[in-house]
Amino acid sequence: MSEVIVITSGKGGVGKTTTTANVGTGLAQLNKKVVMIDTDIGLRNLDVVMGLENRIVYNLVDVIEGKCRLKQALIKDKKYQDLCLLPSAQTRDKDAVTPEQMVELINELREEFDYILLDCPAGIEQGFKNAIAGADRALVVTTPEVSAIRDADRIVGLLEANEMKRIDLVVNRLRMDMVKRGDMMNVNDVCDILAVNLIGAVPDDEQIVVSTNQGEPLVGSNCLAGQAYANICRRIMGEEVPFLNLEEKQGVFSKLKEMFKK
Amino acid sequence: MGLMDLFKKKNSGNVAKDRLKLLLVSDRANCSPEMMEMIKNDIIQVISKYMDIDADALDVKITETESDANNGTVPALFANIPIKDMKHQPKDN
Repeated sequence: MSEVIVITSGKGGVGKTTTTANVGTGLAQLNKKVVMIDTDIGLRNLDVVMGLENRIVYNLVDVIEGKCRLKQALIKDKKYQDLCLLPSAQTRDKDAVTPEQMVELINELREEFDYILLDCPAGIEQGFKNAIAGADRALVVTTPEVSAIRDADRIVGLLEANEMKRIDLVVNRLRMDMVKRGDMMNVNDVCDILAVNLIGAVPDDEQIVVSTNQGEPLVGSNCLAGQAYANICRRIMGEEVPFLNLEEKQGVFSKLKEMFKK
Repeated sequence: MGLMDLFKKKNSGNVAKDRLKLLLVSDRANCSPEMMEMIKNDIIQVISKYMDIDADALDVKITETESDANNGTVPALFANIPIKDMKHQPKDN
């Protein structure tokens, strides 16, 4: 049985694409067959985060318009045989695709893949409607900021109105130093406010920028963000994984710095 | 600022949480600012029949309150209406 997961947030820039890339890669590391679909027509970027931007020949709109076969448009990942990307079109409009066409496309992909991840565009317009149309469950990504949380709440409301079967929350870009000072909401605060099941808490990690620069997702690597994403993947598969202690792995340097600050 | 305020000074994380909680209640109630303004004006009209109120300082907002029926909170319309003068007695029609 395959599962279709939409990664959405409402607000832009909170880490939907990064989350899609890392969860997709992480599930492939767990030997699952995964396809990631970039549904942000006109503003594609999942390809560049995955480091696959030079391999694109056909895209999502080409498939839907019948200009190529689905297989031709799927790009294989550099590292993982069972990981594929369906890139979005760069020069087209969001109206080029309808929710019904997305459902049809997804049903075709269900036959071959264990997980189908949909990277949703920001906003709540056509692109959002296309992305959620065929999804079984949703990962709502937010950061601990008022604007992102407000938008996430709106998204949760819309997903519920569309009868999304399961909604889980990813709190991204936590800065533990700020949380400690009380200058940033902690994970529990965010969960309280949104009243959605938490599936992962990802710290703000410089390595994310480095990995995006290189076009290689960092899931599974030794840094905290890499472990957090790996845990999210295991939870998606139904495993119970305890949450990381994000404060645990502070280097000697930052600890010293903190001592001097006091 | 009093001495106690120094100790009680809210950090910005808590400020954000409190602001969001209120904001989301009115967001979820799907209550537009226009509608709130209309409610406010109607309240002023009604109450003004009976007493002299400070219309400029009147504050109407949607918050949450404990519900007796089902253990939890329900949205509540909260109105803070400063009274200028009580002597204006209700008229019997």
